[in-house]
Amino acid sequence: MNVKQANKFGFSINRSRLIDYDTSDRKVREYVTLREPSFKLCFACGGCTATCTAGQHTSFNLRRLNTYIRRGEIEPLREEVTRCMLCGKCLLVCPRGVNTRNVVAMAAEAIRKLERNEL
Amino acid sequence: MKGTQKHVIIAGGGVAGMEAAGALAEMGYRVTLVEKGQDPGGHLLQWHALFPDSRPAEEVKSYLRKRIGNHNITVITGTAVEKIKHHPGGTVTVNLSGSKEEKADAVIVATGFDLFDARRKEEYGYGIYDNVITAPELETMFNGGRVTKADGSVPSRIGMIHCVGSRDEKVNNNHCSKVCCVTAVKQAIELRKMMPACEVFCFYMDMRMYGPYYEELYRESQEVHNVNFIRGKVSEASVNINNRLVIKVEDTLAGRPLKMELDIMVLMVGMEMAEAGTKLAVASGFRLGINRFLEAGDHHYGNNLSGVSGVFYAGTCTAPMNITDTISHARAAVAETVRYLDGR
Repeated sequence: MNVKQANKFGFSINRSRLIDYDTSDRKVREYVTLREPSFKLCFACGGCTATCTAGQHTSFNLRRLNTYIRRGEIEPLREEVTRCMLCGKCLLVCPRGVNTRNVVAMAAEAIRKLERNEL
Repeated sequence: MKGTQKHVIIAGGGVAGMEAAGALAEMGYRVTLVEKGQDPGGHLLQWHALFPDSRPAEEVKSYLRKRIGNHNITVITGTAVEKIKHHPGGTVTVNLSGSKEEKADAVIVATGFDLFDARRKEEYGYGIYDNVITAPELETMFNGGRVTKADGSVPSRIGMIHCVGSRDEKVNNNHCSKVCCVTAVKQAIELRKMMPACEVFCFYMDMRMYGPYYEELYRESQEVHNVNFIRGKVSEASVNINNRLVIKVEDTLAGRPLKMELDIMVLMVGMEMAEAGTKLAVASGFRLGINRFLEAGDHHYGNNLSGVSGVFYAGTCTAPMNITDTISHARAAVAETVRYLDGR
């Protein structure tokens, strides 16, 4: 039985929810880390997200975005990087001194390059 | 004869200084305990009950008062130690405020810590909004037996804000003050016991329950007292039209921003190197670590050594620590001091 038949049968094939760390794409992480090393300092306190204007109205979440980059979760990143308005309020809050705005900018740049096969 | 005539000056009359003074006096040394405040006792003086067992702070205060009651101890208050210098031949001179100079055979530095000035985290509104208080101010309320808002009314929701002035590059403190997490849990339990109708929330980044019975206390706070925990660093506080505090935080475990109204916000202020201790260190040429506390000669087996012959460190002038560790550290400083004096 192939996948199409299985779907008709009443079952569906879900994509695995697993974060497969062995096959994940590290290129974006490497790109961001190299250009904005303070990225490594995030300890996931969520101060950025608490203060984020975009995050009050959309699902944008900078703390989660950082984790996506670290784990090589490229798919959710594509959407996420477009939501930031680069206002920089998060910069004022971050207790680890991460240059948060540049993290988003570099992640967006990495995604663009990835799409053009330049990464 | 065990150095009956030898004289040790102790800079700082807090927990470490008092314990060290008592231990040395007991062994027959002559001790001068110099305290800059009006009374010995340090920060413990304003505390009501201690973690992890809610023991009345008065019991430890009274133990320490007895400790310095020994006839070998002279207590000088209202006086700061401004400079310490070791001279060839072994004498150590100590400059006291008021330009007095004292001679000793050894000196123990126990200048302790300063509490973080919460006004430096302006976004939390301490000193701006009425109902933003610090953890020691809550202890003062516990001492008075009543916790109320500034207008005298009874609070129905209180938030404990962890890591105020600790683990925060924005205020130049990357270190963890260690004791604030368990203090928040202790105070949350006391609030719940005192006012069962009042909700209590702890806003934390990590719960650092490092000491014996701390984790158990954390568990008890959930199991018995229904204290709530939200993982996220509060980014700012404001006041709404009903004059209630409103905080913004990310509930990082839900992955969404959260706002909450509070009647009282308790800031768990951390520890910093004491200003008086810093001045003393600069004048005397003592090394400061990257956390700006005094850097001991060796972090593993020379934790009381200053690097200057005849000068030893005790207590929170070297790093944040709880009372138990402070007392142990002071006793270790005494052991190092006695070894030094006996070997001369």
